[in-house]
Amino acid sequence: MKSILIKGGHLIDPPSRTDRPRDLLIHDNKIVELGDPGKLNATAKKEGAEVIDATGLVVAPGLVDIHVHLREPGQGHKETIESGTKAGAMGGFTALCCMPNTSPVNDSPEITRWMLSPERNAVIRVFPVAAATRGSMGEAITEYGSLKAAGAVGVSDDGKPVLQDAIMHQALIAAARAGVPMIQHAENTKITVGASMNAGARAFRLGLRGMSVEAESGIVERDIRLVRELTTSGKGPRPHLHVQHVSTAKAMEAIRHAKRAGLHVTCEVAPHHFMLTDEAVEGYNTHAKMNPPLRGEADRAAMVTALLDGTADCIATDHAPHAVHEKEQEFEKAPNGITGLETSLSLSIKMLHHQHRMPLLRLIHLMSTAPAHIMGLRGRGTLAPEAFADVVLFDPKSTWTFNARNSPSKSRNTPFDGHTLPGVVKMTISEGRIVYRS
Amino acid sequence: MPKKATAQAPQPKATTPSADGIHPGSLLSITQLSLEEVSNILALAERLAGEPQSKHATLLENRKLALLFYESSTRTRTSFELAAKSLGAMTTLVSDKSSSIEKGESLKDTGLTLRALGAECIILRHNASGSPYLLAKHTGLPVLNAGDGMHEHPSQALLDLRTILSRLGKKQAATDTTLDGITVCITGDILHSRVARSNALLLPRLGAKVILCGPQQLLPPEAVDLSTGITLERDFDKALQQSQVAMMLRIQKERLAGMQIDLADYQKQYQLNEDRYFKHAPTAVVMHPGPMIRGLEITADIADGPSSAIEEQVRNGLAIRMALLVRALNGGAA
Repeated sequence: MKSILIKGGHLIDPPSRTDRPRDLLIHDNKIVELGDPGKLNATAKKEGAEVIDATGLVVAPGLVDIHVHLREPGQGHKETIESGTKAGAMGGFTALCCMPNTSPVNDSPEITRWMLSPERNAVIRVFPVAAATRGSMGEAITEYGSLKAAGAVGVSDDGKPVLQDAIMHQALIAAARAGVPMIQHAENTKITVGASMNAGARAFRLGLRGMSVEAESGIVERDIRLVRELTTSGKGPRPHLHVQHVSTAKAMEAIRHAKRAGLHVTCEVAPHHFMLTDEAVEGYNTHAKMNPPLRGEADRAAMVTALLDGTADCIATDHAPHAVHEKEQEFEKAPNGITGLETSLSLSIKMLHHQHRMPLLRLIHLMSTAPAHIMGLRGRGTLAPEAFADVVLFDPKSTWTFNARNSPSKSRNTPFDGHTLPGVVKMTISEGRIVYRS
Repeated sequence: MPKKATAQAPQPKATTPSADGIHPGSLLSITQLSLEEVSNILALAERLAGEPQSKHATLLENRKLALLFYESSTRTRTSFELAAKSLGAMTTLVSDKSSSIEKGESLKDTGLTLRALGAECIILRHNASGSPYLLAKHTGLPVLNAGDGMHEHPSQALLDLRTILSRLGKKQAATDTTLDGITVCITGDILHSRVARSNALLLPRLGAKVILCGPQQLLPPEAVDLSTGITLERDFDKALQQSQVAMMLRIQKERLAGMQIDLADYQKQYQLNEDRYFKHAPTAVVMHPGPMIRGLEITADIADGPSSAIEEQVRNGLAIRMALLVRALNGGAA
């Protein structure tokens, strides 16, 4: 049994609203005790604990990202579970929920278990999200109970949203029965055929077909209507809809109304959607090509507002690695997505903490406590005694320059390469093991 | 002893690529040219068009140009090719139908192959918007955009400008007042037209008023934001009444992507025919970038009539493209 004492740090733990100097004692894979500075020294000495000096650092629960693509099985040239979890550790994450758009699609307990097997060499915890329908084809729902038993924490067809009302209705009921969220990438793909950026004046000038705001908001509104019908019917368990990477003010407004109406609807916002606008596409920069696309300034600002006022429940990266040659293509041919695990904390500190004065306590809530809660990850997102010893130590005052080449991720597709950002991750501890140290 | 003409051949200047690695001799978008550069290109085109061919037959002697065409083309391809040959350059044509492109080779690799074979400039026609940026960035060569998807066709805008200036009896020069008082109406499938975009981005900078005209499906409201000096008009007759130049466009059936267009109705509303022309704009210069669908957007009597500058556009294309090739191989100076 190994013990670690983290001393001298500024401890932030959203569930207990702790935001002050506290020492932290870890025993094996669990947190055992928090104490005022110096109070745990004697216990730690008795146990022969490794002492980590966290002077000047924030000590917080490990970050949780509920939307990443680890590309295994099937696309190991972009990322593997090993490389992706290492990138996560570098970014301060201790838990990643990985999407099912692998090859083959993760629509079976066998694939879910394969992802979780020790041979994958994950350095932090991986929680698979399984496909909501077989092959993510949107026709027949998968066995949610078996998938959950195998380790899946949610169901989603991710980039292939469930469009048929009847199937979505079934999925919401089955997910509620299994006790997992139904997670939707909100896009009416029937009206986004051939589109590669946000619709509007810039898309027109660049000669690119655009994705309208309504392509996103229409599906969010439809899904909320289904949740409302199921909730008010009073039959069966209460459904939980989680909307992925919201990018438009209109969809966010629909979610705001749903929350006010007491529906169990949660959502996430990706750092790129609160940092960038479609201006980044200029010059046909494929590192700014993503889905949902980067929107206009009003939508970007609405994502910040939603994070500040609590409409947006959490921050998730949609870490989507692609090989260099895949992004070095004509804009319309290049795949969607950017990597994000390494920069998420720094971008959030920059935009939310520095520019909008969001307290770090709230920021950690959005990046750890809330996402763990949404996905039902017990013992994560908190530093309470008995919780898993998932801890991040970072220096919020220092800056660093992100060099994508230095990332353990197999891919380099990020618009933030070379950016100097605030917030340096000094150490990541996953279930009591130091998995990253800068 | 080198021949006299060879001695005058422009040599590549020491060039400073821009921060994104794009060669200054490239022409990817009309927006990258200052009015001074537009004037220089017009002046060079004027000189080259006005002198006997023998005078510039060796201007680009031994220079190697590659025409990389992913889309079929008659006038643009032939125009660039004849322009290059009339300046003494060697050209090679690579098309998607008979090359490694068919085997799945990427645009980047095709560009690098052409560079390794000695190509000093690539003229690219491609069905994907922005592809010239990709090619220019990865090869570092001057790249001339010969039409990319629904984006731009900058050499067409320059040849259209040369045509407009000559038809209106103006000097071949570009200042911000050159086209004061002139209204150009561009009508038809604006949504899919790279010609419309390049013209709408260039002409207002010279003081022209540009009216974009077409039905909602082919002319979305955001087109008005392309540039200042642009208005949208759904009524073709009203647009014509204000215009000194009527530029007609083809409906690009290959890009409609499921869009349903009632062609009979379109013809009724937007066809330039004799009745409409003589009633609303009897002195307007008629232009069309081609290929034309006679009987749809324009009738034969108008296309072939005395007001038509369509053949002149094609002729001017040769001069403009000669100037652009000299500029490209001269490190960005025309």
